[in-house]
Amino acid sequence: MASRPWTLPGRVSRPARARSSKPSFTQFRTENRFTLFLELLEKNRLNTTMMMLRTIGLMLLLTMASLLPSQAGEADLRATVGKFAAATGFSATEAVVRELAASGDPSVERPLSALADGNLYIRKADTQVFVGKEAGEGVELLDPLNGEKVADAVKADLTKIKVNNGLRRIIRDALGTLTLRAKDTSVRLAAAATMFKTPDAANMEPLDAAIAAETDTAVKAMFEQARAASVLVSDKPEADKLTAISVIAVRGDRDALSLLTSAEANAQGAVKEAATAAIGQINSTLALWDAGQNIWYGISLGSVLLLAAIGLAITFGVMGVINMAHGEMVMLGAYTTFVVQQVIRTSFPGLFDWSLVIALPLAFLVAALVGLAIERGIIRFLYGRPLETLLATWGVSLILQQAVRTIFGPTNQEVGNPSWMSGSFDIGQLAITWNRLWILVFALLLFGVLLYVMKRTPWGLQMRAVTANRRMAASMGIKTPWVDALTFALGSGIAGIAGVALSQIDNVSPNLGRGYIIDSFMVVVFGGVGNLWGTLVGAFSLGIVNKVLEPYAGAVLGKIVVLVLIILFIQKRPRGLFALKGRAVEA
Amino acid sequence: MRGNFAKITKILSAGVVAAGLLASASAKAAEDTIKVGILHSLSGTMAISETTLKDVMLMLIDEQNAKGGLLGKKLEAVVVDPASNWPLFAEKARELISKDKVAAVFGCWTSVSRKSVLPVFSELDNILFYPVQYEGEESERNVFYTGAAPNQQAIPAVDYLMSADGGSVKRWVLEGTDYVYPRTTNKILEAYLKAKGVPAEDIMVNYTPFGFSDWQTEVSAIKKFGSAGKKTAVVSTVNGDANVPFYKELGNQGIKAEDIPVMAFSVGEEELAGLDTGPLVGHLAAWNYFESVDTPENKKFIDNWHKFIKNDKRTTNDPMEAHYIGFNMWVKAVEKAGTTDPDKVIDAMVGVSVPNLTGGYSTMMPNHHITKPVLIGEIQADGQFETVSQTPGLVMGDEWSDYLPDSKDLISDWRAPLSCGNFNVKTGKCGGKGTN
Repeated sequence: MASRPWTLPGRVSRPARARSSKPSFTQFRTENRFTLFLELLEKNRLNTTMMMLRTIGLMLLLTMASLLPSQAGEADLRATVGKFAAATGFSATEAVVRELAASGDPSVERPLSALADGNLYIRKADTQVFVGKEAGEGVELLDPLNGEKVADAVKADLTKIKVNNGLRRIIRDALGTLTLRAKDTSVRLAAAATMFKTPDAANMEPLDAAIAAETDTAVKAMFEQARAASVLVSDKPEADKLTAISVIAVRGDRDALSLLTSAEANAQGAVKEAATAAIGQINSTLALWDAGQNIWYGISLGSVLLLAAIGLAITFGVMGVINMAHGEMVMLGAYTTFVVQQVIRTSFPGLFDWSLVIALPLAFLVAALVGLAIERGIIRFLYGRPLETLLATWGVSLILQQAVRTIFGPTNQEVGNPSWMSGSFDIGQLAITWNRLWILVFALLLFGVLLYVMKRTPWGLQMRAVTANRRMAASMGIKTPWVDALTFALGSGIAGIAGVALSQIDNVSPNLGRGYIIDSFMVVVFGGVGNLWGTLVGAFSLGIVNKVLEPYAGAVLGKIVVLVLIILFIQKRPRGLFALKGRAVEA
Repeated sequence: MRGNFAKITKILSAGVVAAGLLASASAKAAEDTIKVGILHSLSGTMAISETTLKDVMLMLIDEQNAKGGLLGKKLEAVVVDPASNWPLFAEKARELISKDKVAAVFGCWTSVSRKSVLPVFSELDNILFYPVQYEGEESERNVFYTGAAPNQQAIPAVDYLMSADGGSVKRWVLEGTDYVYPRTTNKILEAYLKAKGVPAEDIMVNYTPFGFSDWQTEVSAIKKFGSAGKKTAVVSTVNGDANVPFYKELGNQGIKAEDIPVMAFSVGEEELAGLDTGPLVGHLAAWNYFESVDTPENKKFIDNWHKFIKNDKRTTNDPMEAHYIGFNMWVKAVEKAGTTDPDKVIDAMVGVSVPNLTGGYSTMMPNHHITKPVLIGEIQADGQFETVSQTPGLVMGDEWSDYLPDSKDLISDWRAPLSCGNFNVKTGKCGGKGTN
């Protein structure tokens, strides 16, 4: 970090407040920006993450444009942007980016963010630079500075200006400094975070100005931390650096640790000692958070195991059918989600965030119907013959896999994450991803519903009666064959629902089910056959043990250790954690 | 008694005649066409990758037949399905060579499947074209390796990351699936990095099982390793299915390519097809071919592929190009030798040069590896790669790594008079030590 070669000289010499205002010009530009802003909002629906950044950038432009009109003449900027056309190679492009950033003019935000998104093009005919916007088959060419539509073009007439990670990083830093005074707090926070990660002595002056103008305490604190980071890499006196270290140490996260480690390596004397002490302190807090994180990962893995196993807990646990095609029911659920999303993408793009909710009942139906067909067609002839059931369902699983492969092809299918399942949030130093959290909630809900069905409904009562004593149940007037069929369908349907959730974190390919079948059996056997609570406890304890072992033993050895532990446990308690008691079990 | 015997003799002789007739009939059929074996899994875990290669071979054979076939005969594809089952690969290879009498076989994906067919090919003396990037440390007379050896993929990729363009990476995570290719490649990379002066504490090696799907711990370990104040990168030899959850977790935990780039050796256009690549823009892959390469040959190849498969959304990838090169080399060698006899074709192969899809020529070297350019690409939002770096010239495949103590003295040259796959230049003897 300390070796960052680049500074922004233009900005430093030109404090923002000193700029004079030219109202008429500003007004004109603001209007244009507003129409564009609306246009971009439209686009935003299609491409959320990328476009959000741009929209935020634009909002900021709106505000900044009215406050501080550009000082470098627009013509100069235009000439600089035009230099992109002549730049060959990343280093030449980088030079132009730096020149643009050095102008300190907020209107360079548009070409720079377009460049970072890979949307800046050169028209082959006249080597002019434009911002491209996809419009159906062709591309709309927008002016790089004011964003007005200039012309239409096809991709073949354009050359895209290439960017790589290094360039993206430089643009991100440049935009960070340009967006320090944005109206939107989240933009200012993002700018502070960027500046914190890439400290630079030249950042101090704009940060000082921003701190003085800041009213939001949270943002102000972030700015001060970013400033402290910059102080560390500057040639300020030792006392300033010591204060900076204490400011950074308060953060206590990995970014702070990273910064302090590099500061420690480059410093001497009291600064080095202070950095070492701060690192030690952060490390000890992080160790605690790490333990918490492992537990959370374990709970999350447990919820996935629970989802995968809960259907099997019914077909295998309650009915005693060794169903090797269980994994394929999960796969069918995942493919149903894929089909639903395809239909939504082509016909009702606005409903995309609801796709999983719509897929849930459909996945249940599809998997339950297939399960019903399997039970009626094959398994009912094989009750009491576990070996044959095992082989027959294994065969069914192969047939289902190959059928899906023939219909959808052998490659992975893309199942998208709805916006409410993307990204993560932090609790202290614990990063929790939304998709894992929702899967946990969903698994517990599903478990609750199933428990209710089994314990509180007449159907559940009949199911349990047939399991406990088939002949007695039959003589009480229960139609045992239909109870069998419906129970199997229920188990399969639940597996289908699990497939909807698992499609969010795993491959949707014909092999999806293969990965879960062994784990599912492991959970059910470990938890105790025939007991739903056993499955719940089994899933979470296996998940947590696995994830706590993983950082020390590695994923491969961790899994082996868990398997060995289960074997030993089954030796000691062959019926699992929660064994059913009573005569029925012996039969 | 005697009558019975006569009867038996009669039946037997009739049988022999019938068998002879059948044999001559099949021999006649064999004369009309040249058979080409395709040994790719069409079911099981590897079907996801290998089915495409079967299709591309069928396309290439079709195209060759449209051009008038080979040596005045039509080519005929014989497709078998080894079902991702390694011992079955050997059985099916034997069936192709002994029963179907194929002139050459194009097939295999995983290293373990290649290892299982090797004895069959040397015993029955036939030719295998192996199209996938692999760990090296092998050179067989009967095998032509059209995929990349480690020095045609892994080493240039690491060089790129070390360069200023790649971000001057100082700290390395070697993340792989637990089997022979990642283990050997990582061994080579570790030796290479140490030779370049990277201290041992700046290298983290981690393995996960096949089809691994819960990457939370691994990704947070990468994050942790990356927060030591030095630029960090991940070199991923994670294979196949495990990649999608790996990248999803990277995206969800917010690891950006600008901060910690992931350089993958087994992720191509096909793997990305199952992913929303928006959060992954900028992560890298090293290959010898990208679908996005802008050359007339590649455009034609993609057009033909879309027409053949009747789906213009299907992607092309590096192993497909390897089969394209391998097949054209075989055609050229057969024409040069004037026969499909494997022995003669093997001798004719060395030195054969055909255009590749990236705008240059690939040549078969005496070590049965080919010359290729090495491309580094960044993932784009549309699921394609954009080339950000390319080796200035072609790189020759080096089968025995110079960075492993057991293989650094070995060379391979299948031309007479050396004709040896593991010649030890120190001892001057054929049959040195390899690490397998």
